[in-house]
Amino acid sequence: MNHHHGLECQDLLNNISAYIDGELDDELCGKIEAHIESCPNCKVVINTLKRTIQLYQEDGESETFPLDARHRLFTALDLDEDLDLSD
Amino acid sequence: MSETLNEETLNLEALRKKDKRAFAQLVDQNSDHIYRLALRLTGNSQDAEDVVQETFIKAFNNVESFEGRSKVSTWLYRIATNEALMLLRRRKDGITPIDEGVETDEGEIMPIQIVDWCCLPEKEIMTEETRQVLQEAALQLSSANRAAFLLRDVEGLSTQEAAEALDISESALKVRLMRARLQLREALSDYFANRMAKEGL
Ligand SMILES: [Zn+2]
Repeated sequence: MNHHHGLECQDLLNNISAYIDGELDDELCGKIEAHIESCPNCKVVINTLKRTIQLYQEDGESETFPLDARHRLFTALDLDEDLDLSD
Repeated sequence: MSETLNEETLNLEALRKKDKRAFAQLVDQNSDHIYRLALRLTGNSQDAEDVVQETFIKAFNNVESFEGRSKVSTWLYRIATNEALMLLRRRKDGITPIDEGVETDEGEIMPIQIVDWCCLPEKEIMTEETRQVLQEAALQLSSANRAAFLLRDVEGLSTQEAAEALDISESALKVRLMRARLQLREALSDYFANRMAKEGL
């Protein structure tokens, strides 16, 4: 990894999470972007980090709270299951 | 980001009075989200059902103590996360490294696997096997780091809300989140590096 541009790979790593969340100030953000331009490794780490998060997010809207468990919960709380809650 | 919140349709006053209709609505609006969180925290659907059960029973019994300073959903996430972490701690069955200790040594995670798998064709990336690798990698995280990751990146809570749900500072939340993210990246990159070498992708 490289040591130019006033910002080293380790500095980038320490801020990588805040960087991909867009939480860094403009100055640090600019330094990181300059670093990425000349450091292919950091570029790969950032891209694969973003993609990893995205993939995890995409994989998981499918499960729902099972109906039999809902039934047990409503019974335990003595709630009326037949309320029409649709708007 | 989060779709959990139908706060405007929730009547806090009615909840505090333990109005059953309001509570049924609270359950139905939040149970899928709480269930998915619990499922990913515990890695087990029976445990996840138990967590949801306990969460809403506790919420019902303690609703007077909810002051309305945070969102109702954040309060529910907080109860649910506590329940799930307690369950994992009780179990200590070895699937989950329990690491609730003080976070130290900031830059200790060094990315090792530098392979650019982003350019693979989409159909090679999100396969059933990839899903499995990701789920398993998430279960390898410490439960504390996993909880931070799930609340922020999956449930879409803000840093402040996630920190509140876990009862930790925002800076501690950020450290846990970073560790979780980097560890998942590492696991997935290992997997793709292997596949790219083997299959010449
Ligand atoms: Zn670098």
